[in-house]
Amino acid sequence: MLQYIIKRLLLLPLLLFIFSVFAFVIIQAPPGDFVTAYIAELASTGSATDQAQIEGLRRLYGLDQPMHIQYLKWMGRILTGDLGVSLDWRRPITELIGERLLLTVALGLFTFGFTWALAIPIGILSATRQYSFFDYSFTVFNYIGVATPTFMTALVLMWLAFSHFGISVTGLFSSEYVDAPWTWGRVVDLLKHIWLPAVILGADGTARLARVMRANLLDELQKPYMEMARAKGLSEWRLVLKYPVRLAINPLVSTIGWYLPLLFSGSVIVATVMNLPTIGPMLLRALITQDMYLAGSIILIYCFLAIIGTLISDILLAWLDPRIRMEES
Amino acid sequence: MDTQTTPLLSVRNLKTYFYLDEGTVKAVDGVSFDVYSGQVLGIVGESGCGKSVTIKSVLRIVEKPGRIVDGAMLFRPQKKNGRGGSGESDDFIDLVKLNAHGKQLRSIRGAEIALIPQEPMAAFSPVYTVGNQIIEAILLHQDVNKQEARQMAIERLHEVGIPSPERRINAYSWELSGGLRQRAMIAMALSCNPRLLIADEPTTAIDVTTQAQVLNLLRSLQQQHGTSIIFITHDLGVIAQMAAYVIVMYLGSVMETGPVDDIFHNPQHPYTKALLKSIPSVQSQSRTFLPTIEGSIPHPFNRPSGCSFHPRCLEFMPNVCNRRTPSLQPVNDRQSASCFLYHDAAEED
Amino acid sequence: MSVSHDYKAMAPMPDDEQPLPVDSEVARTMAGLAEDVEAIYVASNWKLVWWRFRKHRLALVSGLVAIMVTIVALFPDFFSTQDPQKTSATKAFIPPQGIEFFDEGGLSPFVYNVEGKRNPRTLAMEWQTDETTKIPVRFFVRSYSYEVLGVFEADIHLLGVADSAGQTQIHLLGTDRLGRDQWSRLMHGTQVSLSIGLVSVILSIFFGILLGGISGYFGGISDLIIQRLIEILQSLPPIPIWMAFTAALPQDWSVKRVYFAITIILSLIGWTTLGREVRGRFLALREEDFVVAAQLAGCSQMRVIFRHMVPTFTSHIIATSTLAIPMMIINETFLSFLGLGLRPPAISWGVLLQEAQNLQSIVLAPWLLLPSLAVIVTVLALNILGDGLRDAADPYAH
Repeated sequence: MLQYIIKRLLLLPLLLFIFSVFAFVIIQAPPGDFVTAYIAELASTGSATDQAQIEGLRRLYGLDQPMHIQYLKWMGRILTGDLGVSLDWRRPITELIGERLLLTVALGLFTFGFTWALAIPIGILSATRQYSFFDYSFTVFNYIGVATPTFMTALVLMWLAFSHFGISVTGLFSSEYVDAPWTWGRVVDLLKHIWLPAVILGADGTARLARVMRANLLDELQKPYMEMARAKGLSEWRLVLKYPVRLAINPLVSTIGWYLPLLFSGSVIVATVMNLPTIGPMLLRALITQDMYLAGSIILIYCFLAIIGTLISDILLAWLDPRIRMEES
Repeated sequence: MDTQTTPLLSVRNLKTYFYLDEGTVKAVDGVSFDVYSGQVLGIVGESGCGKSVTIKSVLRIVEKPGRIVDGAMLFRPQKKNGRGGSGESDDFIDLVKLNAHGKQLRSIRGAEIALIPQEPMAAFSPVYTVGNQIIEAILLHQDVNKQEARQMAIERLHEVGIPSPERRINAYSWELSGGLRQRAMIAMALSCNPRLLIADEPTTAIDVTTQAQVLNLLRSLQQQHGTSIIFITHDLGVIAQMAAYVIVMYLGSVMETGPVDDIFHNPQHPYTKALLKSIPSVQSQSRTFLPTIEGSIPHPFNRPSGCSFHPRCLEFMPNVCNRRTPSLQPVNDRQSASCFLYHDAAEED
Repeated sequence: MSVSHDYKAMAPMPDDEQPLPVDSEVARTMAGLAEDVEAIYVASNWKLVWWRFRKHRLALVSGLVAIMVTIVALFPDFFSTQDPQKTSATKAFIPPQGIEFFDEGGLSPFVYNVEGKRNPRTLAMEWQTDETTKIPVRFFVRSYSYEVLGVFEADIHLLGVADSAGQTQIHLLGTDRLGRDQWSRLMHGTQVSLSIGLVSVILSIFFGILLGGISGYFGGISDLIIQRLIEILQSLPPIPIWMAFTAALPQDWSVKRVYFAITIILSLIGWTTLGREVRGRFLALREEDFVVAAQLAGCSQMRVIFRHMVPTFTSHIIATSTLAIPMMIINETFLSFLGLGLRPPAISWGVLLQEAQNLQSIVLAPWLLLPSLAVIVTVLALNILGDGLRDAADPYAH
């Protein structure tokens, strides 16, 4: 199994290279550049700049050089750990992103934990109590949950909370902790706030996962080893948990590979609506203002998280299913 | 071999029906038989005659929408005297009346009545080792710790003829060949010294050479431990080898019962006669047609009226066989048959 | 289950070999049974699929809903009450106006007029229902004229004010901050949202079958390249990529160009799942005997592919694609919601919801969230329909 992991790790830099080219090209695609956007912004507020100033800005930000030079310079800096400077915020990107990245990952992991903790038991109960009231009501919730876009749920919940309870559920921290250093109190405050975005973000994932779990389990429940285990005298609960659940979970584990990255990158919508300090809203703004180093860095980070997620799920899958391990070796 | 006057298991008028959307399938429709201590009972019949459902009913593992709707299955449990022992209590438990998921039935399953399923590949879970699953069975029913259970499992594997059992115990089922898998399955079934072993077509999924080995194994184990076996198969040759007593089933009912020699040399029921005639023989003349039974098994939702075999029966008696259903009655002092050729007794309803 | 059906055996026995005397009951049953089975035996594949689908009542209902939504998408102007782009500074944020159906005991639908007053403190418009003035509402009225499917002109609308020449209009779902009628905008948004979903999926199918087919059928280098491509595309996080691409679309592009660009962007990553499946199918089918037989019979490669191989999984493609449409609709909706997808003057559900992007707007005018119901209902219906189709089309489901 070690060989398997090493093989996958070696592919990482190659993928990242391809993605970085990709990201860079996308960022550069819109006509004009940051300076054009900056000037447009200035113009809309009434001030003007002259040609010399424009050229000066361009040279300052290295925007007058050909594309591939810019790319190489950018990659060179990244490899030394310097993500560059945000043209919009005029601060080093690592400084800007640092905490936001942490919160993005925290939100993603929290949501993931919540999703799985809820989806597996629901799936098991639905499958073992097929056609019961629980199963039907779950199916109804499931369909509606999958059909409702996350931002909708976010908006509606926010509105309800505000109009009926007068509480504002935006952000991840109460006002006194927003810029404070990391203390235990801050962590507790984070936990108090993070559960709602996690629930909203994870709602349709939970629904989907529970449904797949139910379907897989229903398949496994028909298999001959179930009959055999029953014939041995195992009690229903023990045998359901030990045998079919174990097998039914395997395909689910393979979904972690795309679910986890999706949580990281998909939170942008909920984050925008609920005004969360994660990197998603920052990407949105960077794209609109053509702050290319910032946008490129964030996209690269998303790609990186995506690859890591796939790797984790592959490792987990190999560990869980001995057949895969044997085939690879 | 100990033949007592009271059977170990007595199945009386068992009826198991499946309630489907399209209709009700009477998979087992009034089946009765007795199994005595140390005896091998063979159940023979075509696919779809209800043999598998019968034994699943005995173990109470019939899947929904199937249900036992009538009948009794009287079983004589072990007297509780330490680790097994040969004492048998005189009480009967009716297996039909027990709760299918209840503790009592679960303590019988695996420990007193064990199953050797049809497909050992599918019956072992692929994500746990063979040893894990055997030890699980042991720990479930016997008061031993893990090391002792592991030791017992290794001994069992050795007993069924698996070489290097200490290594093989850590193997997964898909790492073993067909024959070894079947032996491992037998080891698991015997791990708790059951008094009744149910073998569901154990030789169907393996080749003929391995089949011979497995049958020899079962025979020697049976003689050693004095286990009763219910042996299910559609292969008459295997029945001839293994069984002492045979029941012939068709479409959920018993057509004939009797000792194996009588069944083979003096079959009573037309169905049994036709089955025997259809066995290809090395000695038969070449270039002659192999006798077959006309027609085929009726659609389960459309059972023939009266005797269920009458549309295909060569000795069909009009207005008799299609009007009433014959019940199983003795035709001589050893065999019984369900046919109006021999008696006039019909089933009520 | 221990019961097996052997349909081939259901054919009635030939008379001259029949050993039974002709017992009318048995013979009739057997003959009748044979007829029933004949009916199943000769039905074409599509008929079988339809029969199975029919049993799934929820899917049928969803199918009806989907058809209704499609009709609205095809003829949005017929369902609208007013020009969706028409703004009116004096009519901002009118709440939804319900239709009263009975007027003094008779069936005469109308809407109460609303009077607006600007709140001196908050400077927001506040609307009061004026029960003294009734605006009669009629069905199938003549109002502003429009083009039907770009072919001919009409001016009939499903409902509207009886006197359309007069100034007062009705706003069944209220108005937004520019005084635009939300009901009419919702109808038009349906057309765009649904069609984007459909077109993206069609493009995905096209790319998926083309590239997946090449990869699976020809194998070799092309397979290697395409497989790597699929792997790379599938490991990309879709949302940031879509955001980046759509943000890259120039601001001065026309609505039409943006529309097509978005469908292409959405399908660029969307085709990979189908591509993989198609590749798998082709790989498996290549070895099948009936394919070899066709090749041996002298069929050209095109014929082998399209006449023999593809039909074995068309029903599967249709079923999975139906499930992909709602996903695409949601994707476009949230992209437009963020301001990256379609932009005004285009109207889609996402663009409509952009007005409800923050808490302040929602508190002020909660009815701006109503297009979300359209999204939910449509996506729900399409999902159930897709599930039903998939179950019906899968011959191995039972």
